[in-house]
Amino acid sequence: MNYPTDLKYSKTHEWVKEEDGLTVVGISDFAQDSLGDIVFIGLPSVGDTVTMGEALGDVESVKAVSDIICPVTGVVEEVNEDLADAPESLNSDPYGSWIIKVKEVSATEELLDAAAYEAFCATEEA
Amino acid sequence: MKLIFEQGAEGHCLHLLPACDVPEYTLPNERTTPIRLPHVSENELTRHYTALCKRIHGVNDGFYPLGSCTMKYNPKIDEDMAALPGFTQLHPLQPVQTAQGALEALHTLGSELGEVFGMDAVTFQPAAGAHGEFTGVLLIKAYHTDCGDTARTKIIVPDSAHGTNPATAAMCGYQVVNIKSNDKGGVDLDALRAAVGPDTAGLMLTNPNTVGIFDPNILEITKIVHDAGGLCYYDGANLNAVMGVVRPGDMGFDCIHSNLHKTFATPHGGGGPGAGAVGCKEFLRKYMPGPLVVEKDGAYGFDYPEKSIGRVKMFYGNFDVCIKALTYVLTLGKEGIPEAAKNAVLNANYMMARLKSKFDMAYDEICMHEFVMNLTRLHKETGVSALDMAKGMLDFDLHPPTMYFPLIVHEALMVEPCETEAKQLMDEVCDIYCKLYDMAYTDPEALHTAPHNTPVRRLDEVGAARNMILRYNFGA
Amino acid sequence: MGSYVPTTAAEREQMLAQVGVKSLNDLYAAVPQEMFLHNGLNLPEGLSELEVREKVTDLAEKNKVFKTVLRGAGSYRHFIPAVVKSVTSREELVTCYTPYQAEISQGVLQGTFEFQTMICELTGMDVANASHYDGATAAAETIPMCKERKRNVAYVSETTNPQVIEVMKTYCFASNTELHVVPAKDGKTDAEALKAALGENAACFYVQQPNFFGQIEDTVALGEITHAAGAKFVMGVNPIACALLPTPREVGADVAVGDGQPLGLDTAFGGPYLGFMATTSAMTRKLPGRIVGETKDVDGKTGYVLTLSAREQHIRREKASSNICSNQALCAFTAGVYMSAMGEDGMKQCARLCTSKAHYLASELEKIGCKLKYTGEFFHEFVTETACPNCRKKILDALAEKNILGGAEVDGGILWCVTELVSKEKLDEVVAIVKEVQG
Repeated sequence: MNYPTDLKYSKTHEWVKEEDGLTVVGISDFAQDSLGDIVFIGLPSVGDTVTMGEALGDVESVKAVSDIICPVTGVVEEVNEDLADAPESLNSDPYGSWIIKVKEVSATEELLDAAAYEAFCATEEA
Repeated sequence: MKLIFEQGAEGHCLHLLPACDVPEYTLPNERTTPIRLPHVSENELTRHYTALCKRIHGVNDGFYPLGSCTMKYNPKIDEDMAALPGFTQLHPLQPVQTAQGALEALHTLGSELGEVFGMDAVTFQPAAGAHGEFTGVLLIKAYHTDCGDTARTKIIVPDSAHGTNPATAAMCGYQVVNIKSNDKGGVDLDALRAAVGPDTAGLMLTNPNTVGIFDPNILEITKIVHDAGGLCYYDGANLNAVMGVVRPGDMGFDCIHSNLHKTFATPHGGGGPGAGAVGCKEFLRKYMPGPLVVEKDGAYGFDYPEKSIGRVKMFYGNFDVCIKALTYVLTLGKEGIPEAAKNAVLNANYMMARLKSKFDMAYDEICMHEFVMNLTRLHKETGVSALDMAKGMLDFDLHPPTMYFPLIVHEALMVEPCETEAKQLMDEVCDIYCKLYDMAYTDPEALHTAPHNTPVRRLDEVGAARNMILRYNFGA
Repeated sequence: MGSYVPTTAAEREQMLAQVGVKSLNDLYAAVPQEMFLHNGLNLPEGLSELEVREKVTDLAEKNKVFKTVLRGAGSYRHFIPAVVKSVTSREELVTCYTPYQAEISQGVLQGTFEFQTMICELTGMDVANASHYDGATAAAETIPMCKERKRNVAYVSETTNPQVIEVMKTYCFASNTELHVVPAKDGKTDAEALKAALGENAACFYVQQPNFFGQIEDTVALGEITHAAGAKFVMGVNPIACALLPTPREVGADVAVGDGQPLGLDTAFGGPYLGFMATTSAMTRKLPGRIVGETKDVDGKTGYVLTLSAREQHIRREKASSNICSNQALCAFTAGVYMSAMGEDGMKQCARLCTSKAHYLASELEKIGCKLKYTGEFFHEFVTETACPNCRKKILDALAEKNILGGAEVDGGILWCVTELVSKEKLDEVVAIVKEVQG
C-alpha cells in the first residue's frame, strides 16, 4: 500500500492536496484496494457546491458502492471527466487520478498526514 | 452458443397468419426503420430455445437451497389449473357477471391468506415482493397523512434487512433509520427504543429474520413502535417457517406482504412473474389499492376503498399466479399449511445439525427454515471463500445456497432446504458439503478455479460492467 | 389433505434426534406461547389432487370465455403461435430462480439478452432492461429516471390509459412528486396546452402511442415541445403498433416503455404481463431493474451476466432509485419467443391485419350511422359515439348474447379494438347486430 507523504488524508479514505490555490481531492490507495475493481464513478458538475462530510459523488465496483466524502466545503472548479470513461484508473493510479478541484474553500476537516493515515489504515484492516 | 439472431437465414420463417380478408389499410406515416428480428424456421426456433433451457438449473434439476428465496417444489396441478382457458382467456375488463369464478378465486384466496396472515383485508395487485413492500409502506404513509401526522418522516429498518426494505422506504419518501442487530441477529431493543420517536412512521421487519432466527422479543418490538405512534410492517419473505404456526397479525404487525412465489409454491420463472399479496388490519383497509374483491349474497364484485393509495398496477395483479397459489392453499388446507412450515424448519435444523461438525454457524441455536454458515475461519485458513465453495457445488450439480447475505455475516452461505426435500437427498448434500470443506484444505486450487463442468466457467463481471454490451449489435 | 412433504414418521424421529429435540413444536421454543396457534388455522381441510382439480375447474367454468373479443383498453387478445407455449412451459425455465449463479443460468441470461435486443429493435432505442412488472409500473418508474435536482415535476397526457395515470399518481404520492395531467383536445394531447404547461422545473412528459382512444398522436411535435422546455420525452408504446409506426427513437423519445402483453401473453384477467423499458445510451444507468450484459468466462468463452448491479437495491439500499428486485423473466422470455416466431414480416403482417380490420369495422359501423368520436388517424382501437349509457348497454348485451365481447365503455362512447383474430365474416356479424339494436 502506498501513502505519499506530500498528501493529506481523511479518515474516510480521500486524499487532499493544495495546488494552484485549489484543493484537489481523490481517493486513496487503501480505498481503491478495499473497493476492488472500480467500474463507475458518479461525479459532481462544475459549479456545484460541495460540503465537508457529505458525499461529492460515489464509486461502484461490481459488488459494492461507496460514497466519496468531501473533506472540504467549497465550489467545484474542475472535474476529472476522463474518469467517467476510464474509472479503472482509480485502481491503477489512485494518486494520479484526481477527482475534483475545489475553489472558495471555507472549511476543511481535520486531515491526517501520511504516517498517521497509514497507522489509521492498519487499525481499519485489523 | 449462438444467439437466436445468428440462427437460421434470411427467408426462414414460420407460417402463422392468414391473408388479409378486408381491404389493406396503410397508415399515412409508417415506420421505415427495419426491425432486425430473427429469421428462423419452427425447427430452428424450438431447437434454439431447447438448447437455452438445457442451460438452466430449475427446481426440478436438483437441490436448490437458496436462503431467503424458498425454492420449494412447484406442484404440477397448480400449473394445470392456471392454464385452464376459463382463466387464461378472460379479458380483465369483461363484465364482472361474466367473471364470477375469477373473482371468487381471488376472494377465496384473499380470505384464506388473511387467516394465515392474521390480517383483515388482502389485495393481490402487487406483482412481486418488493412491489408489495411498496404497497404496504404506502398504507402506512396514507394512514399518517390521513391522521394529519405529517411529522412522521422516518422508517426504521434493521441492518440485517434485505436491501428492498430501505429502498422501499426511500421510494416512499421516507428517511431510513438503520438499527443494529443484537448478537443473536435479532432487533437490539435498546437501539430500537433510542430510534423511535414522534418522527417514526414505522418499522419494517421480517420474522423469522434474515439469519433464520425467530425474534423472541417480537411482541416487545411491535409495542415499542406502536407506543411511539408508528406502525409495523411485516416483510413476509420468511413466512414459510411459521405459516399456520404463528401469525404476523398476532405478532403485532399492521400490514404484511407475502411472496406467493415463495411460501405458496408458485414458480419463480427465472425472476418473475411472482405475486406480492398484501394484507392489512381493518383500520388500514380504506387505504388499500383498488379494486378489492367483495362478496355480497353470493355475488362477487369490485370495491374501491374510499381513501385508497391508488392503483399500484394495472387491473388486479398477476391473476394467473394467484390461481396457482389458490390451488396450493386448497390442497394443503388447515393441516397441510403448518405441516409444511414445521417440516421446512425441521429440514433446516437437520442439515445444520449434520453440518456443524465442520462448518461454523453464524448463530448456533435452533433455527427456523434457514441457517447461515460463516466461512470466515475457513477462508482465513485455506483461502477458500464462500464464493469458491458455492462454485465448487456447481460441479456437483447442486445449486449453491445464497452467498454473502445477510450483509452482517461475513463469508456467509445461507441454506434453506424447504419442506419438499427428502432426508436421503439432504444426507447426500451434507456429505458433498463436507467433502468440499475437506477439499478446501487438501486442494484449494480446485475450488478457486471451480466450476469446471458447467456450460461456461466463471465470468468476467468487471469486464461486463466496464465494457457494456447490453444487446446484440448484428456484427457491426 | 394434500401434502408435498416426503418425510415419513420414522425419518422425522431420526431427524429430530439428530437435532436434539423431541417434537416439531419444540423447534418453535422461541415463539411466545400466547401467540402460538394451538388450535390451528380456521381453514377448510386440505384436498386430494382429484378434489382440488374439480374445485378449481368449477371456478374456471363459472367464467365466460368470449369466442370473439373486440375489447382492448390495455389488454389485447392476439394470436399466440403454438411454439410459444411449448417452449415457455419447460420446467427448467418455469421453476428456476433469478440467474445469480450465472454459470448454470446461461439459458435465462441469454434469452433475456436476446429479449433486450429485440426491444431495442422494436423501439429503435439503444438499451433495454430485462423487463418490469407491467406497462403501467414501467411508465411510473420513468419519472425518477428523468428527475433532476431542479427538474422535479412530471407531466402525463390525459389521453393515456386512465389506469396508467392512476399508477403514476400512486408512485408520485410515494415520492412526493408533482404530477400534472395535460388535457386532451379531440382525443389527442392538446399540444398548445402542453407548451403552456411545461415550465423550468419540468422533468418529463409521458404520452401513450397509440393513445387510450386508439388515436395516433403527433409525437414529433410533442417531442419537440417537450425538448424545447428542457424536459425528457417519454413514450408508452404498444409493441404491435411499433411494427408499423415510426420508432420512438425516430420521433425523439428519451425513454420508451410499454406493456409487452400483446407479444404472446394471454389476457389472463390482467396478468401476469410484462413491462418493457428502453432508453438512450446516455441514460443507461438510469434504467431501473435488471440488465443482462455479455462478457467472457475465464476460458474466453462468451457468456452472459447480470450487470450494472451496483445501481440496484441489494447494493445501494436506501440510495437505490428503485426497489425493484425482480423482473417478469418468464414473460420476457415468452415475448422473445413470440418475436422470434413472428419475425419482422410476421410482426408487420400482424400489425397490418389489426389496423386493416379495425378500419374495416370502423367504416362499416359508420355506414350504419355510427359516428366516430374522434376524427384523427388510429391504429387498432377507435371510439364510436354513443352518448346514452343505456344504448351502450343494449349494444354490448346483444353482442354478448352472440358470444362477442364488445368494446369497452368510455365516456360518451364505446372503445373498440380489433386484432388479427377477428375475421371479416365476424366483423360483418358485429355490424349487423349493432344495426339491429339501433333499429
